Amino acid sequence: MTSISVPNEALPPQSIARHNLGHWVLWLGSVLLIVVAGLQVLDTAGITSLGFTSWRPTLYAFIAWGCALGTSLVLTRGESGQQTLFLLPALLFTIAMVIFPTIFGLAIAFTDWNLSSNTGVHFNGLDNIRQLINDPYFWNALTNMFWYVLAVFAQYAIAFGLALLLNADIVARKFFRVAFLLPLMLSPVAVSWMIGKSLMENRYGPIATLARNLGWESVAFFSTPWIARASIMAMDAWVSIPFIMILLLAGLQALPVEVKEAAKVDGATSWQSFWEITFPLMLPVSLTAIVLRIIFELKLADVVINVTSGGPGGATDTVSSFIYREYRDRSNVGYATMLAEVYLVIIIVFITLLMNFVSRYMRKVV
Amino acid sequence: MAAGHMTTDTVLQNHPSGTSLLARLGERIFVYGALLVWTFIALFPIYWTLSTTFKIAPDVMQGHIVPWYDFTPNWKGWRSLGLSPDTIFTTSTVREEFLKRFMNSIVSSLGASALAVIIGSLAAYGLSRFEYKFGPWRNKDISFFFLSQLILPPVVLAMPFLVLYKQLALLDTQIGLILVYTLMVLPIVIWIMRDQFDTIPPEIGEAAMVDGCSIWGAFVRIVLPIALPGMVAAFILSVVLCWNEYFFSALLGSTNAQTLPVMVASQTGSQGIAWWSMAALSTAAIAPLVLIGVFLERYIVKGLTAGAGK
Repeated sequence: MTSISVPNEALPPQSIARHNLGHWVLWLGSVLLIVVAGLQVLDTAGITSLGFTSWRPTLYAFIAWGCALGTSLVLTRGESGQQTLFLLPALLFTIAMVIFPTIFGLAIAFTDWNLSSNTGVHFNGLDNIRQLINDPYFWNALTNMFWYVLAVFAQYAIAFGLALLLNADIVARKFFRVAFLLPLMLSPVAVSWMIGKSLMENRYGPIATLARNLGWESVAFFSTPWIARASIMAMDAWVSIPFIMILLLAGLQALPVEVKEAAKVDGATSWQSFWEITFPLMLPVSLTAIVLRIIFELKLADVVINVTSGGPGGATDTVSSFIYREYRDRSNVGYATMLAEVYLVIIIVFITLLMNFVSRYMRKVV
Repeated sequence: MAAGHMTTDTVLQNHPSGTSLLARLGERIFVYGALLVWTFIALFPIYWTLSTTFKIAPDVMQGHIVPWYDFTPNWKGWRSLGLSPDTIFTTSTVREEFLKRFMNSIVSSLGASALAVIIGSLAAYGLSRFEYKFGPWRNKDISFFFLSQLILPPVVLAMPFLVLYKQLALLDTQIGLILVYTLMVLPIVIWIMRDQFDTIPPEIGEAAMVDGCSIWGAFVRIVLPIALPGMVAAFILSVVLCWNEYFFSALLGSTNAQTLPVMVASQTGSQGIAWWSMAALSTAAIAPLVLIGVFLERYIVKGLTAGAGK
């Protein structure tokens, strides 16, 4: 120990002074935040008129409060305060960015707020929920989500094949890996045009031309429900297969070489050795990849919004794209928010069940 | 990893040479054939988009594909963006619009990624090294809180953010977009970085602290340089995600802060058969990402696979 750190412990007055300073800093920050926020509330309520144009002062006061909290933690708690300081920015940021919007969201969800009507915002109780239960388009979109989530398993099958190919003894592996990865990098909006609006365009698109040459008389990728859904799934798969593939490839490369060689010595065919050795060993990685993909799949929206706008007749709609249109085209903020909140609850329940199922399944198998 | 518990106590020998040469050749042909087919599927849309920027209307309608063989390249697509050799020095409103969106995309994705990597790395280091206890909350719960943000679909936050941002005068500003994007990529950054810090032995930081560094000194001077590759991976992955983001940008921006994907989307319906101009716009929107994919591929792979193996 150096002589610098000893006095801190030997001389309590200094440490007490530091302690007090720490408390004062936090107090000052809190008072500042409360005063500023309070003034703004009064101003908004029309009791005072200080001429605030936005709530930014409260935002700045919140940031100042965060700094005060950090300083105070270091001053009062010493090393454990310094440790907390690592976590504090991310924690405060996430809480501020999630808690406030959630409160606002819940408040909005129970109103009849419509931007295009000028009757203002009214609390309307459970009307939005009642409307939601009777909204065939919402249930239709939810059913579509079921099909889209099922499509993840097809993506997984293809991705596994590609990962096995890349893991085989091949030349120019890096070239193929980069080529296979590229679709993942592209913006779904750009992909909407590149594939949905030009390659699959009915009159001039090369894929349409190809389909016509293969004997499909009246080529139309987005006008009958199942074909349209399949087309959206294909585009989505094009973008997301590389994600699963990369995870599986990493898993395959981590498998010990001896495992596969042992199988060959036993005289197993490669088909057998895949199903009996590689596939079971890859199960944990596979399940991680599938669960992650399902989580992302539930957010699917960009491609649908830009290619079909949910059509024909809602056949390709995802919940996200449906809510987006409810807001964008009908300015129905209150109802759209209720839809979003309900969807969130459904997602949370679904993911929790899925994770439970997966972990129980894993315990049974491994 | 997954196979750690497998015991292979058999003494291994070389392959039995039972497989005939013909079967091996067939297998090779199949493997390379499949590889080439998928390479074509993965790259053709990109090639198609790039080549379409050089086509005029008849080429588009007749579905010409190979330049100089069935169509003569023309700067048409790039001219419509004001970026062809003959229009680059003239004034062009489309180009100004495009450059503004391009800059917005760059600023918001780089800004958000930098912010997310800074606060995310700090939090990840804390979660990887120290024992926290906030009431009933331990490290595991805090990590779960961060990761659980991943499942939030953008629609849930979109409308509340619209209201909140209106009150905060953050609508249609770059800083507003940066904050939302930071929230979006933060869980992923924390995930990658915690994995990264877990692989660095704690003794390294502790040794520095014995030598007189503070916790923060040890982190900045000793641990960060070792964790740099992970930070680069997290940063690049974040840039890709933010660059491609469409939903929030379309909702929260109008004239000042909208990014490139919104411009692409807004032109999609209105251009009709003017594919060359859409193709030029799409090419410009994906070009930075294709470059990242080609040159920084190992970081993307590193970022994607970090933590996913657990």
